[in-house]
Amino acid sequence: MAFIDYYKVLGIPKTATEKDIKKAYRKLARKYHPDLNPNDKVAEKKFKEINEANEVLSNAENRKKYDTYGEHWQNAEAYEQAKQQQQRTYQRQSGNYSEKDFEDIFGNMFGGQDFGRGQRSARFKGQDFNAELQLELKDVYQDHKRTLTVNNKNIRITIPAGVENGQTIKIKGHGGKGVNGGPNGDLYIQFAIKNHSKFKRDKDNLYTNVDLDLYTAMLGGDLMVDTFNGKVKLTIKPETQNGTKVKLKGKGFPKYKKEGQFGDLYITYQLKTPTKLTEKEKELFKQLQKLR
Amino acid sequence: MEVTDLISIKTLCTHYNVPPTFINELQDYELIEIVVSDNVNYIKTAQINEVEKMIRLHYDLNINLEGLDAVYNLLQRVENLQNEVTTLHNKLRLYEDL
Repeated sequence: MAFIDYYKVLGIPKTATEKDIKKAYRKLARKYHPDLNPNDKVAEKKFKEINEANEVLSNAENRKKYDTYGEHWQNAEAYEQAKQQQQRTYQRQSGNYSEKDFEDIFGNMFGGQDFGRGQRSARFKGQDFNAELQLELKDVYQDHKRTLTVNNKNIRITIPAGVENGQTIKIKGHGGKGVNGGPNGDLYIQFAIKNHSKFKRDKDNLYTNVDLDLYTAMLGGDLMVDTFNGKVKLTIKPETQNGTKVKLKGKGFPKYKKEGQFGDLYITYQLKTPTKLTEKEKELFKQLQKLR
Repeated sequence: MEVTDLISIKTLCTHYNVPPTFINELQDYELIEIVVSDNVNYIKTAQINEVEKMIRLHYDLNINLEGLDAVYNLLQRVENLQNEVTTLHNKLRLYEDL
C-alpha cells in the first residue's frame, strides 16, 4: 500500500494545530463532499482521503502514532514489540536489519488493511454505488433482463425498454452496507447506449435515410424499407423530390415505461441517379430533356 | 396516500439520531413536506434520500439552514443542467455522422 501523507492531503504543515486541522478539513470537505459533487468519482476519492486524514490527525493519540510510525501507525504496539524482538535477534545473530526491513515485515503482516474509521452515533444509509452499463440500441428496444455482479453478489435486473443513453436507474439497497445498522445504500446504474444501427435516435423517435431510384421517384411505386423491427412496404408518390421526409407513426422506439407506446420513424428519401448510362439511355434522356 | 409511503418523524429522528426540531426547521424552509395523519407527523419515504443528504450536509459540514436552502436550490439546478446536457448529447449524436 502506498504511503499517504495525511498532512499533504489536508494541505497543512506537520506543525499544524488541532484548530488548523479542523479548519483545513472543513474547507476541503465542503469542496469535495459527495453530496455537493454528485457523480464525480474524483471528488469522491478525494473526500475519502480527506476523511481518512482527518480521522487520524484530529485524534491526538493517533496523530502521535502516525508521526512516529507513518503508515503503520495502527500497528504501533505490535511494531514496537516486534522491533524489540528483532533487536534482540539482531544482538544474538549480529544480523543487519534496517528500518525498511521492519516496515516490510509489517507490510506483510498487516498490509492491505484499511485504517479504522471513526464511528458516528447516528445510523446512516450505506454508500451509494455507481456503475455504468454498456448496451446496444437493439438491447433496449425491448425489456431486457441482465444479471450484474456487484461486490460478489449477483443482481438480476430488468431494464425497461426505451431507456435513454446517459439515463440512470436506482436499484434500492444494493449499495454499501449501512452505518451503525442503517439501511444499505443504493446502486445507481447509468446506461451508455451504443448505436451501431442505421437509425438515429432522438428520445423515442427514430430517423433514417432511404435510397430512392430515379424512376420510382418520378413515376411512383412501392418500396420495402427497414424499420427497427422489420420491413414495411411504402407507397412512393409520383414526382417525389430528393430530401422528402415521411413519418411512419408508431414505428419508432418504445416509450420509456409506457408499455405498447412507440415514437415515430422519420424517413428521408435520398434520390440516387443512375450511373454508367448506355448510349441508348443517354439518347432517351436527351429526348426527355428536349421535352422540358 | 398509503401509510406505507410515509415514515413518522419520530422514527426518522430516532433512526438518524437527529432532534425533531431539525426536521421541523427543514419544513419551515420548505425543503421538505410534512404530512399529518391522525395527529402524527410523517414525511414521504420518497424524501428520505433528500433528508439524509440534508442531515449529512448540516452535521458533517456545519452548513446552516440558510446554507442548506441555497445549496439545495443550486444542486437542483446542477441536476437539471446535467439532464439537459445528456439530452443535448443525445441530440448531437443525430448529426455526428453527417
